[in-house]
Amino acid sequence: MILDGKAPTGRIQDTWDKHRFDSLKLVNPANKRKYKILVVGTGLAGGSAAATLAELGYQVEAFAYQDSPRRAHSIAAQGGINAAKAYPNDGDSIYRLFYDTIKGGDFRAREADVWRLAQVSNNIIDQCVAQGVPFARDYAGYLDNRSFGGAQVSRTFFARGQTGQQLLLGAYSALSRQIGLGAVKMFPRTEMLDLVVVDGEAKGITVRDLVTGELRTHVGDAVVLATGGYVNVFYLSTNAMGCSVTANWKAHKKGAYFANPCYTQIHPTCIPQAGDYQSKLTLMSESLRNDGRIWVPKKKEDCNKAPNDIPEEDRDYYLERKYPSFGNLAPRDIASRAAKEQCDEGRGVGPGGRGVYLDFSASIKRLGEGTIRERYGNLFEMYERITDENAYQRPMRIYPAPHYSMGGLWVDYNLQSNVPGLFVLGEANFSVHGANRLGASALMQGLADGYFVIPYTIANYLAQTKPGKVKADHPECLKSVADVKATRDQLLAVNGKKTVTEFMREVGTLMWNDVGMARSEKSLTDALQKLPAIREEFWQNVKVSGSGEELNQQLENAGRTADFIEFAELLTRDALHRKESCGGHFRVESQYPDGEAMRDDANFAYSAAWESKGVGKDPELHKEPLKFENVHLAVRSYK
Amino acid sequence: MSAHETMNLKLIVWRQAGPNQPGRFETYEAKNITPHHSFLEMLDVVNEDLIKAGQEPIAFDHDCREGICGMCSAVVNGVPHGGQQRTTLCQLHMRKFKDGDAIYLEPWRARAFPILRDLVVDRSALDKLIQTAGFVSCHTGGVPDGNAVLVGKPQADYAMDAAECIGCGACVAACPNSAAMLFAGAKVSQLAELPQGQVEAPQRVAAMVQAMADNGFGNCSNHYECEAACPKGIKVKFIARMNREFIKALALEKVGAVNTARLKSE
Repeated sequence: MILDGKAPTGRIQDTWDKHRFDSLKLVNPANKRKYKILVVGTGLAGGSAAATLAELGYQVEAFAYQDSPRRAHSIAAQGGINAAKAYPNDGDSIYRLFYDTIKGGDFRAREADVWRLAQVSNNIIDQCVAQGVPFARDYAGYLDNRSFGGAQVSRTFFARGQTGQQLLLGAYSALSRQIGLGAVKMFPRTEMLDLVVVDGEAKGITVRDLVTGELRTHVGDAVVLATGGYVNVFYLSTNAMGCSVTANWKAHKKGAYFANPCYTQIHPTCIPQAGDYQSKLTLMSESLRNDGRIWVPKKKEDCNKAPNDIPEEDRDYYLERKYPSFGNLAPRDIASRAAKEQCDEGRGVGPGGRGVYLDFSASIKRLGEGTIRERYGNLFEMYERITDENAYQRPMRIYPAPHYSMGGLWVDYNLQSNVPGLFVLGEANFSVHGANRLGASALMQGLADGYFVIPYTIANYLAQTKPGKVKADHPECLKSVADVKATRDQLLAVNGKKTVTEFMREVGTLMWNDVGMARSEKSLTDALQKLPAIREEFWQNVKVSGSGEELNQQLENAGRTADFIEFAELLTRDALHRKESCGGHFRVESQYPDGEAMRDDANFAYSAAWESKGVGKDPELHKEPLKFENVHLAVRSYK
Repeated sequence: MSAHETMNLKLIVWRQAGPNQPGRFETYEAKNITPHHSFLEMLDVVNEDLIKAGQEPIAFDHDCREGICGMCSAVVNGVPHGGQQRTTLCQLHMRKFKDGDAIYLEPWRARAFPILRDLVVDRSALDKLIQTAGFVSCHTGGVPDGNAVLVGKPQADYAMDAAECIGCGACVAACPNSAAMLFAGAKVSQLAELPQGQVEAPQRVAAMVQAMADNGFGNCSNHYECEAACPKGIKVKFIARMNREFIKALALEKVGAVNTARLKSE
């Protein structure tokens, strides 16, 4: 089937303004209070959406698996947030941000969605300033900017190395205000385990209270998923331990299409893995590439030498060499692959030869240690705590790690999935980043969706539906609770020999090796053969202790792992079907002689949206063709 | 200790099945731990062993494991987060311990934080403080350009110093009075320092001080244990700032009768 994203047409500059007036119905203030909206996830997208929808007068119920809405993983974003303010007078504009994002995404995103993102980016900065977000300022009191990968302008706003934290605390404060006013009912330590669909429309969710174990359905007039990304499918990633595909996967199994799951971002600057016991990888902000230079030894025999003993002429600053105009600020997918290439050639450093140097000595000489400390002090401290090394004195060691998912549930221009009443925001949807996300654009998207898009677009759906159509005793709700309970009981009944962590590590290792940074027909086919066996073994041999009626972290992890195992098959299948390289998706069969990713626009200029046909059955592929009327389809070059 | 050596440790852990059940210390072995294990990865190892032995794993809160979400929370040998300066428990590494060490592990202990299970406590009282007044009452849209409100670098830096709080509650756990003064003081100070937050500053401090009493937190008696335990290095000067803001609010008659009486009695 050919999917329609319902993006407005005409002059791109007018699309969002015109769409808001021409195509979006309003709900009058007196009627808003009759509608209840369920918002799942309280990160930048969910938190800002829940707060804004409540301000408008809707009844809102918000859900988070963490103990407080302030802890969503948006909090860990370090470097910054993009906006087209052009304060530095360096040639930026809404059009340029739009252009950079389309190009950075390797021409695999919908133009109108990206235009809207660039347009509202400026409102986000204003909103956050008004909330008291302490952005970096210069001595005259004006907002400061830094540069990020994939752009030749400085458009990134930041709050030290904790921009995500400060923006999330801004959204959290707005959300908290609405909770205090009674406009939002907050359910922390509550995990969504099913989507309730009645007559083809999303009308509720079934959740588990993670403290008491209670299973119950919440009904509403619309459901908003803002449940983040899925790169924990690789087991080791920069995501928080609780980040999972579960909410998205449950919605997918109830009919929502999953789009472009193979678009995963491997972030170039993370602390390398130190051992098998490791539970997660830690990101070192991309902003470090503003002042750090990336290199490896030219000679293999130098790899075990102390970095400061390797003379300048024996170092290969490979990003500066290969991409002179962007240098160390090449986009993430390109920088990651380049690092892997150096290590594959045997020039990697550190344990297992899986690392490259990120060197600050030139910047320290030029700016002084004090300036570097002021800009990145917390990152240097974090690096030292983890590695026991002082990065002011010797270069950091970094290596790529799974970080972000560009793919997600398919949504139209109104952020509505193919299931009416189900809206998807932020990292959980697939909309704006194409095949590769540029740095500092995730925070922008989360807040754009939550503050400035969903409040308009959800009204259009609600205006055409009667409030309170479904009650909690509806047969679909009762069936949903029964299904969730059955799955839970099954997990507890297996009583096998392998722990949940062992299964997750097994799947993750397979995915990283076969479906990671370089994917081939052979590796993908191989993974698709092994995954069903792991799934079957899981349900026969997993060991989950305790009961369902209590706080049971093993049970939580078991459910998430079961979903990851199923989802891994879809990700792999998508990667196998897309016989081209684009952005974060690199097929070794599809590359230029110099190793750069080779797109196949004639055959693959579309978004792939998969429809579930049940576990173990082949999903059905739907295509949404991509049209580029404003940005000329071209080979991406950062040279 | 070299990176290749491993150590064996004895863990004495607080186990409690539920909120209203009696708790007790249990002893476990942590075997073959390397210096590169984080503290929580060491607990992962212990839990895997417990699961395989058919015992209940230790429940503990954790999420980002990079020191920013504020979810991890345990008292290690009597000190919240284990005593390494400016370090959350998830960022504490086992190179700070040595072979044969005995480690006591307990949950945050405070009246405002009821224990849910083992090391997991309910910190929603901190959220309630923010819900009362820890915000600027602006709604989405209709705000001026970001550069229309100038904020000097020193003011922005001061606000950021306060805003770095991760809301973990270690300050409350460390305080002999279980006060949330450092947590609340940081928020009051951040918003009182910035022009955007100054309009509501008197009402904010009055409401938050009242909310601390209402939610079971104690008061400050200048022990400064909070600052010592804070993984983000939040300074007690923010408590002093909150007190000054409170007195200013008092002069402006923004503080309710209850608070006035309370202040006079102390």
